[in-house]
Amino acid sequence: MTLETVLGRPLRVINLGLDAFALELQAAGVQVVHVDWSPPAGGDPRLAALLTRLDDDDSPGGDQER
Amino acid sequence: MNVKAANAEALRRLTAAEPVLIDCVPASEAFGLEPQTVLHAGPPIEWTAMSPPVQGAIVGALRYEGWAPSEAAAIDLAARGGLRFEPCHHRGAVGPMAGIVTGSMPVFVILNRAFGNRAYATINEGLGRVLRYGANDENVLARLAWLRDEVGPLLGRALRRKSLDLRPIMAQAVRMGDEMHQRNIAASALLARALFPSLAREANGPALTRFVDFLGDHDQFFLNLAMAAAKAALDPLVGIAGSTVVTTMARNGTEFGIRVAGCGGRWFTAPVNMPQGLYFPGFGPEDANPDMGDSAIVETVGLGGMAMATSPAVARFVGAGGLAEAIRITEEMREITLGEHPHFRIPTQDDRGTPVGIDVRRVVATGITPLINTGIAGRKIGVGQVGAGFVRAPLGCFTAALEALAADPA
Repeated sequence: MTLETVLGRPLRVINLGLDAFALELQAAGVQVVHVDWSPPAGGDPRLAALLTRLDDDDSPGGDQER
Repeated sequence: MNVKAANAEALRRLTAAEPVLIDCVPASEAFGLEPQTVLHAGPPIEWTAMSPPVQGAIVGALRYEGWAPSEAAAIDLAARGGLRFEPCHHRGAVGPMAGIVTGSMPVFVILNRAFGNRAYATINEGLGRVLRYGANDENVLARLAWLRDEVGPLLGRALRRKSLDLRPIMAQAVRMGDEMHQRNIAASALLARALFPSLAREANGPALTRFVDFLGDHDQFFLNLAMAAAKAALDPLVGIAGSTVVTTMARNGTEFGIRVAGCGGRWFTAPVNMPQGLYFPGFGPEDANPDMGDSAIVETVGLGGMAMATSPAVARFVGAGGLAEAIRITEEMREITLGEHPHFRIPTQDDRGTPVGIDVRRVVATGITPLINTGIAGRKIGVGQVGAGFVRAPLGCFTAALEALAADPA
């Protein structure tokens, strides 16, 4: 039984992050759109927190005036 | 002012710059460079930590100035603390490769007409065995003396007769295939055309012939002017509270340093990387010195490797592939920048502006670091240039700057 039989229609995939999954599916004839994404700062939670502090829209101490 | 507003102001100042070449005078006159003071490229560094080509260039400069009669005496003077070393950037100047500047060296004076600040750079000596790559033989010293005694005064007279707006020259050159770090052929030719009428009125005979021969044979003459123009454009950003825009990228052959608008003059450093690239015949990677020079100021303003798409010939020359790869590199640089330059436009990208305003946050978030085109210096004293290539700025500088900005987010 194939996935298409289960789903009842052709499989179409959006893949985020690791491209190995997209390549495997493509090799199997599946229609795939790959999005090149990785977590901010390579997944380092400390740096990600610093980035949040300096975010454009949420800057501590920012007066939000233009 | 929050980060968004601070960066908008930084981008406004950066793209509003109007660099004008107004003079050429000795460094001692231009910005009061004192005797026994030696400016160098990159962040602060002491003699013992300097790489051989930087030390070689200093030895040459000391002999050129007459502060030491021999190489041994020059090394002794430097090693026993008889000199004051200071980054070019601390004096409003920029120097390619070793970046050595001493008082009698003539420097171009660039006025940023939009903000009133000035920046300085020496006259480019040409390619091959030159001081900035650590060569210091008699030919190198004789050329420096000629630049001091004949070329500098001639250029000064010509520029005082008629100053030259650099932004239109640079904008045109970008359209003509110069990324303005490893390729300055168009900019040098355009500058020569603009300069000739004043030169011809200020000199004649052998003096004019010698300089015209030099200029006509020198594809990278404009590099130092592009650097000083970039410095003049970036300095008005220094001290914009909260801004995460990079104002300096520079290397001293040992460390890579950046400065960020919101942190004023503070340096954030990391060990410098080795360039990758192509080598002249007879040389290979084992002969190369680590990355060096203030010339990454060109990338800081959004040219050089950042604008690789405008210069596929350079992509091939530095070993980074052809047009498709050049476009991919510039597209990648757009991920770490805040905007596009309104005057510097890339024909191969439907006239989109060059990526400008490197944002420390985007560098850390993406892990993408600026790509810098560069010459490669020999790692031994006196060898000179051994190749050309590209190098990535180390991520550690940007992480350190982010930490400082987050600790004091204005």
